[in-house]
Amino acid sequence: MPEEILLMDKITKVYPNGFVANKDVTLSINKGEIHALVGENGAGKSTLMKVLFGIEQPEEGKIYIKGKEVKINNPLEAIANGVGMVHQHFMLVPSLTVAENVVLGMEPKKNGLFDFEEAVRITEEAVNKYNLKVSARAKVEDLPVGFKQKVEIIKALVRGAEILILDEPTAVLTPQETAELFVELKHLRDQGHTIVFISHKLNEIKELCDRLTVLRLGKSVGKAIVADVTEQEISKMMVGRDVVLKVEKTKAEPKETVLKVRDLRIASDTGRTIVDNISFSVRKGEILGVAGVEGNGQSQISEAITGLLGFQNGSITVNGVDVKGKSIRRIREMGVSHVSEDRMTYGVAATSGVKDNVISDRYYKKEFNKGLLMDKKKIEDLSDRLIKEFLIKCDDRDRAVKMLSGGNMQKVVVAREFSNNPKLVIANQPTRGIDVGATEFIRKRLVELRDEGTAVLLISADLNEVLELSDSLIVMNEGHIAAYIPDASSISDMELGEYMLGVKKQTPEEIARVAYD
Amino acid sequence: MTSKQIERRFDAFKTFMAIAIALGIAFIVISFVSESPVEAIATFITGPLQRKSRIGNILEMMTPIMFTGTAICIMYQANQFNMIGEGAFLIAANLTTWFAVTHETWSGLPLQIACLRVGIVTGVVAAFIPAILKVKFKANEVVSSIMMNYILLNVSNYILYYKMRDTVSGQQASYKIPERAKFAKIWTGTRVHTGIFIALAVAVLMYFFIYRTKWGYAIRMVGANANFAKYSGISIVSVAMATQLIGGAIAGLGGSVEMLGMYDRFIWYGTQPGYGFDGIMVGVLAKNNPILVPLAAFFLAYMRIGADVMNRMSDVPIEFVDVVQGLIIMFVAAEMFLSKYKHKLIVNNAKKQLEAKEAAE
Repeated sequence: MPEEILLMDKITKVYPNGFVANKDVTLSINKGEIHALVGENGAGKSTLMKVLFGIEQPEEGKIYIKGKEVKINNPLEAIANGVGMVHQHFMLVPSLTVAENVVLGMEPKKNGLFDFEEAVRITEEAVNKYNLKVSARAKVEDLPVGFKQKVEIIKALVRGAEILILDEPTAVLTPQETAELFVELKHLRDQGHTIVFISHKLNEIKELCDRLTVLRLGKSVGKAIVADVTEQEISKMMVGRDVVLKVEKTKAEPKETVLKVRDLRIASDTGRTIVDNISFSVRKGEILGVAGVEGNGQSQISEAITGLLGFQNGSITVNGVDVKGKSIRRIREMGVSHVSEDRMTYGVAATSGVKDNVISDRYYKKEFNKGLLMDKKKIEDLSDRLIKEFLIKCDDRDRAVKMLSGGNMQKVVVAREFSNNPKLVIANQPTRGIDVGATEFIRKRLVELRDEGTAVLLISADLNEVLELSDSLIVMNEGHIAAYIPDASSISDMELGEYMLGVKKQTPEEIARVAYD
Repeated sequence: MTSKQIERRFDAFKTFMAIAIALGIAFIVISFVSESPVEAIATFITGPLQRKSRIGNILEMMTPIMFTGTAICIMYQANQFNMIGEGAFLIAANLTTWFAVTHETWSGLPLQIACLRVGIVTGVVAAFIPAILKVKFKANEVVSSIMMNYILLNVSNYILYYKMRDTVSGQQASYKIPERAKFAKIWTGTRVHTGIFIALAVAVLMYFFIYRTKWGYAIRMVGANANFAKYSGISIVSVAMATQLIGGAIAGLGGSVEMLGMYDRFIWYGTQPGYGFDGIMVGVLAKNNPILVPLAAFFLAYMRIGADVMNRMSDVPIEFVDVVQGLIIMFVAAEMFLSKYKHKLIVNNAKKQLEAKEAAE
């Protein structure tokens, strides 16, 4: 009989906006297993783990660790109870070394001063014991994403974590890095650690996990031994219906070039080159995908095109007009739409209503104003039409956007950006962190826009998304274009992974093909 | 019931509770210093309404702080925490007086209009300095505007002392403002003047400006999320400049109106009259909504007069009203006040909705 190490019993969590994230959720985990917590985005996985890690307090329910009831009020108490968490967004100090990060908050001292060598020793001991290969003396900012994740895992282990929570750890990894992570996690399990693996990627769960618990709409709807169920069965439990995530699309018929980026160079405030002399074009009626691990210059490219970020060298033209020195409003008036990767920072004004959020790019235009005042009727009609057309679930048009789910929030963004007759759409991570329904909807819309003759630049870290939606694609690695694939359906994700990691690179001639005139 | 409705009801409830609790604490404080605390608090609450002159006092007092309160609303809507209201009000009052006493020969209406114009322009110029420092050099407007207030205070002192001091008068005071420049009294037996209509008009106008015009929309979006505004194509620099200049203009206008409505001579020497800071209180109480400014200003003025009446009619010192005021503002402004109770309301409501939905399925 396996020993139950953790029991979360009937957890209920309601957020201040009235959203019920967890309702009577029960999660039981045995010692020494890798337990998958699966569910769509917004099903309550992250909330449940935040409750376990003491970041959120539940309204009801009890937590038992090793049969003993515990109250976890903050992460420190979670750590004291042997619970460690690797967040989706790493909590590391980039300018410090790996060893310094590992001992942060529990620094070894010698003569009252920080003992760096001892920190290195502690780190290396963990590195060897758990077979997590990373150099203790390296600076975190110099490490690739996969290694940063290892540092996070070591950090948790050094603090005595027996139960390790990994929140969608593979979302930021290439297929190669994912494979390596899985080997390491299995090794940890064999040493007696317990792992909670949050994911919605079924193939990964099949490969890695022992048992699974499924959450749907904030409730636990099923438990199973992974070996006993098929991927189809799991997905049915997750969504409550059979899902088709395949977007129907015909072959693209690209026409004249809309966006021309030539020799673009973008440097950070500190002078580091982030985007290094890249050139590419996007044509009317095609979706050009930009694949790559996040942080390889993709965001900067989208911000430079849309006027949010200045650039040092090169040129960006939209339908022959240079964007350099133009205001964001001017660029938008040229027909450029922008779905920002950072929904909460740029995409919406969360405390304002849906109505105020869908008119922010056009509120000043003649058609929405009558004399000195804004034309209330026209604005309300527009918002109601967009709410209907984009299936935004909200009580009314004045509902504050922060009250909506992530998927509906993104639909507000998309409703605004797609409804202004765009000539060029820059879609940066358009479906990140949103539910399957909204994802499907937004992807379909992107293809429809393409068919109507819009040029689409799709930046996504989600390989499935890039491969499925793009007509052709480029791969970014460290600010360069590593490859140009004219027919996106001709490449495997393994090969894509090699370009993303920088293991493989095309010749300059091959890459130059993407710069059409 | 939606969460939004709960929030709205809760806001009204919270304001009421804040006032009730603050008065409760005030009562406790009074019992320490007073022989008859019940009577004292009764005079505080009902005293201002017992005589016509006192009601008049409330209306007189709320007039200037409606201006500075509206000014704060406009600036705070765009997250521009410019404190220039104080200095703009003072210097505008000063220059209005100077203009009036040096243009005695002008006839009534043109003189009044010219005086108000002087006030508005002065306010704009005063606000321009911290505003431009902010958008050009990213100097924090809170600090620079407060510093600016001291500069303006001393400029005002200088002008009063060297340019328009009436040496015949027994105090630090300017020459007399010509009668024809002054606003008409509108209620015999009180000093309530036509300026109160200007104050009300400005508040209503600014309400429409903020909530119904495209400029107001831009201001609100910059306040709600400046990054979002920028990304949408709204010029944050223009909004930051415009709101601060409008704020300065309204505060300056307030200074002129106060001078022409209430005073014979300019007599503020060496200290700031404090209307700018009262304006911040009004703005906070009104939740930056100009249409609520008259209500908030009335409330604040009512408290002041109540304290004054109590001071004269009982044995409680006037200082204590500052305690009550502070308490009320603190409770009303504190976001988290009663938040646990609010969360419970929302949780219960959400559960009920969930159950209803399940029952329907």
